Amino acid sequence: MKSITARKPLEEILECLGTAKRVFIVGCGTCPTLLGTGGVNQVAELAASLKETGKRIEGTTVLPVACEPLPFEARGEFLAAAEKADAVLVMSCAYGVRQVADIVSGPTLPALNTLFIGREEEPGLFIEECSQCGDCILGLTGGICPITRCVKSLFNGPCGGSVGGKCEIDEKVLCGWQLIYDRLKALGRLDQMDVIIPVRDWSKSSSGGPRRYSMNEKK
Amino acid sequence: MKAGTNLEKVLKAGNFAVTAEIGPPKGGSAKVIESKGEELRHSADAFNVTDNQTAVVRMSSLAACAILRRMGLDPVMQMLCRDRNRIMLQSDICGAVALGIGNLLCLTGDHVKFGNHPESKVVFDIDSVQLIATVKAMRDGGKFISGEEIAGPIPMFIGAVENPYADPFEYRTARLDKKVKAGADFIQTQAVYDVPKFSQWMDEICAAGIDERTHILAGIIPVKAVGMARYMRDYVSGVEIPDWMIKRLEKSKDVKEEGIQIILEIIEEIKLIPGVHGIHIQAVGWEEIVPEIVERAGLLPRPML
Repeated sequence: MKSITARKPLEEILECLGTAKRVFIVGCGTCPTLLGTGGVNQVAELAASLKETGKRIEGTTVLPVACEPLPFEARGEFLAAAEKADAVLVMSCAYGVRQVADIVSGPTLPALNTLFIGREEEPGLFIEECSQCGDCILGLTGGICPITRCVKSLFNGPCGGSVGGKCEIDEKVLCGWQLIYDRLKALGRLDQMDVIIPVRDWSKSSSGGPRRYSMNEKK
Repeated sequence: MKAGTNLEKVLKAGNFAVTAEIGPPKGGSAKVIESKGEELRHSADAFNVTDNQTAVVRMSSLAACAILRRMGLDPVMQMLCRDRNRIMLQSDICGAVALGIGNLLCLTGDHVKFGNHPESKVVFDIDSVQLIATVKAMRDGGKFISGEEIAGPIPMFIGAVENPYADPFEYRTARLDKKVKAGADFIQTQAVYDVPKFSQWMDEICAAGIDERTHILAGIIPVKAVGMARYMRDYVSGVEIPDWMIKRLEKSKDVKEEGIQIILEIIEEIKLIPGVHGIHIQAVGWEEIVPEIVERAGLLPRPML
């Protein structure tokens, strides 16, 4: 599982930085390094681009795992340099941006867009498999998520736009319900295709503000 | 009677039904709906109004249906799951009942990617099968999805759509059965051009006894130009146009007449297929041809019930 990210255009980053002159850049040694969006090389590239526009680079670092709390003893040097900057740019997913923002007192800005939680389907190709909706129905659908894989998030698909295993919106998109059908057929469980899946409780999904889970509270 | 609409009466009496589609304008003119309604008044039993079809913003189906109802016509309100959550869907169903609309066609809806606002956020809170079940529960159980009681009856004749040409083809009968079990009283299909394939699908429907539990109306889209046929073949999702048809149109000197002739031949073949209870003509943007097609197909006068 990886947090899939993509670099924001330089113009957008510059707009976010505004009048901030001194910039510190943070990369991440995990997903963004593997994806080539926020590793050592990309941090250096962004630093060079910003210098060309007249910004001053106070320093750069690539944290091993930006979304994990930074060990206290590792903070000193990083913080000292970061605090001198007018703004800290973070080349990680949004979780990393939040972590860095917690320990830096100045503005912390994202240099990447966080796209989705994806699985590498073939080398270099990541596909979203889970929307983290809070109420898993993989048990009914052969282990393939219709909410994520069907562009209309149908529970009782496939719709009339499924042709030759492809979705009508884009031939690069596989029909999620064809995948489910094929898998259930292989499992000898096509009877599950006849079940009317009732309307869903979306309150466990993203309709109610930030979701929380406590290991300490009784269910 | 579930809703007592003209469409329901015509089908219940065993007539071969004719429904026709009326596309609402990209604006607020009631006159557009009124003149199309007047033009088609005697040619069909009920009139579908599309709901922001292909994700292009138009006058709402609810408003256009209310205008048709005011004219004494029997509207079929199309309702998509793309743009409304369950609160708005149920609210509009109550509103439709208040305005005398008694036929409701439940669809999932084309993806916004195809329309004129491809940047929109899609809703898809519930899907078409769930919408069918919702309307049935509102009508027969008197309850909203929440389980709360509805004040007063919701008489709705419930429709659904099916595309006999989509994949997986071997699942299409079971998929229709799901819609019928959820509560679909009538079905309007995607446009039929490949009659043998449609007939094969209908054989399966009849073998499963589904035709006895619902009314199936075959979709008809008249083609007036070779370019239109090619465009539909290549770009309109779910439509299959056989090569022989395009060749016939290409060879013809009067393409419009040839297109009508092809459609009349298809209607003749469809009439003979067991289990088909009518046709649904979608001549969007060419509504004025409907009276001629219905007349030449020998389907006039429409029954007065």
